[in-house]
Amino acid sequence: MKVLVDMNLCQSHGECAVVAPEVFELGDDDVLRWEEDVGEELREKVEEAVERCPMMAIRIED
Amino acid sequence: MTPRPIVIVGASLAGMRAAKAMRAAGEEGPIVVVGDEAHLPYTRPPLSKGLLEGSETPESTDLGGADLDVEWRLGERVDQVDSIGHEVVLADGERVPYRRLLVATGSRPRHWPGPGADLEGLVTLRTLDDALALRERFDQGPRVAAIGAGFIGCEVAATARALGLDVTVIDIADRPMTAFGPDIGAWVASLHRSHGVDLRLGTGVSAVEGDGRVEAIVLDDGSRVETDVAVVALGAVPETGLLEGSGLALGPGLRCDATLTSVSDPDVLAAGDVASWPHPLADGDQLRVEHWANAVEGGRVAGRNMLLEPEKRRPHDALPSMWSDQYGLRIQVAGLPSGSDSSHVLEVEPDGDRRVVACSRSGRVSAAIAVAAPRRLGWYRQHVERGSSLHEVRAALEEQDEAIGPPAQAVSA
Repeated sequence: MKVLVDMNLCQSHGECAVVAPEVFELGDDDVLRWEEDVGEELREKVEEAVERCPMMAIRIED
Repeated sequence: MTPRPIVIVGASLAGMRAAKAMRAAGEEGPIVVVGDEAHLPYTRPPLSKGLLEGSETPESTDLGGADLDVEWRLGERVDQVDSIGHEVVLADGERVPYRRLLVATGSRPRHWPGPGADLEGLVTLRTLDDALALRERFDQGPRVAAIGAGFIGCEVAATARALGLDVTVIDIADRPMTAFGPDIGAWVASLHRSHGVDLRLGTGVSAVEGDGRVEAIVLDDGSRVETDVAVVALGAVPETGLLEGSGLALGPGLRCDATLTSVSDPDVLAAGDVASWPHPLADGDQLRVEHWANAVEGGRVAGRNMLLEPEKRRPHDALPSMWSDQYGLRIQVAGLPSGSDSSHVLEVEPDGDRRVVACSRSGRVSAAIAVAAPRRLGWYRQHVERGSSLHEVRAALEEQDEAIGPPAQAVSA
């Protein structure tokens, strides 16, 4: 699956990095970095990251 | 015979997330969501910030409820819960049967309890309609006063200042944002003052005065604050009116066990502001958390648990997290600052706003509060989750080349 983040919406809350650290990370500049191509085994975690994002900035594309 | 539906009372974030979790877990039966507002679920944090300022619209706060396969009964109020008969009673007397019930009614703002409560211009802020009405008032260029310097009072003040309005904030406490402890409180006070807010601390309000509409707020020390709009920001109370007489244990909110199941009835669960449950970080004390992330997490946990028999239900034990945005700076919290016995400034940016404060409870770091430092907060969050002592955190901090500003020992109290 593909993980998309709208960086116009992202405000670096970092909640996604808490629930899915395998995929999301805040850099030392506090800007979000993430893996775009992610294996199915992480789907549940990424779905949780989608839910936990206060800015509703994360999307999954199958 | 059609099966009894699962009923969710409260069409906001927690109820929405619960419904979503049930569908994701494969529930195919009917789900009915009753909400007393006319709107589909929306996210509330922008109401005191972007929406009030005008940079966001009602559409941008929509949580996507229209795409969810549930029956929305909006603009309807549940007045009573008959837990014996497994029915909720609507305001018009209609009885809706349920198989299992989720109470996700949230909380309502405390109103000004003293003289002048009926004056035009004395408002609270909770709903989308409240926010749109307040924005219209702000368009008239009024003087604004907030009674209460917590989340809502401080955020409304910051937004009003961004719009160029004259702002006064009043609180009986000697600092704003008391839940975050003295260090963050002092910093928030100086932040508001540097942005031109007239901050009146350590004094209560004795009356709100005006001839039909708000003209002035009279403080306990006798002084008067002339204003056109007074935002009552005195916190919120859990919305449990519908549960009076239901036989379900209350206090605080709907009293639940660790799995968000009512302690009185395994077929009734709760999530969001209205639920209280024993949280491990609070040493098992009943906790009620009025924040966005708790509605998301609690909604998800309760939604899944609704479909399970009681012995298979999982606890709601995620680390609480919350934030406040003021003047473009974000204060973020991981853990539980309330109930801590001391707070310690562990990192601070010289001549800047960025900082991290750790709160300690019975020797353990129970919360970290970071200003404009989300990555640093992530480092502290791990320590809170692990139950590290303050000493352990200080020691680990010595090895941290990412720490903000001077070393911990130099700045901590």
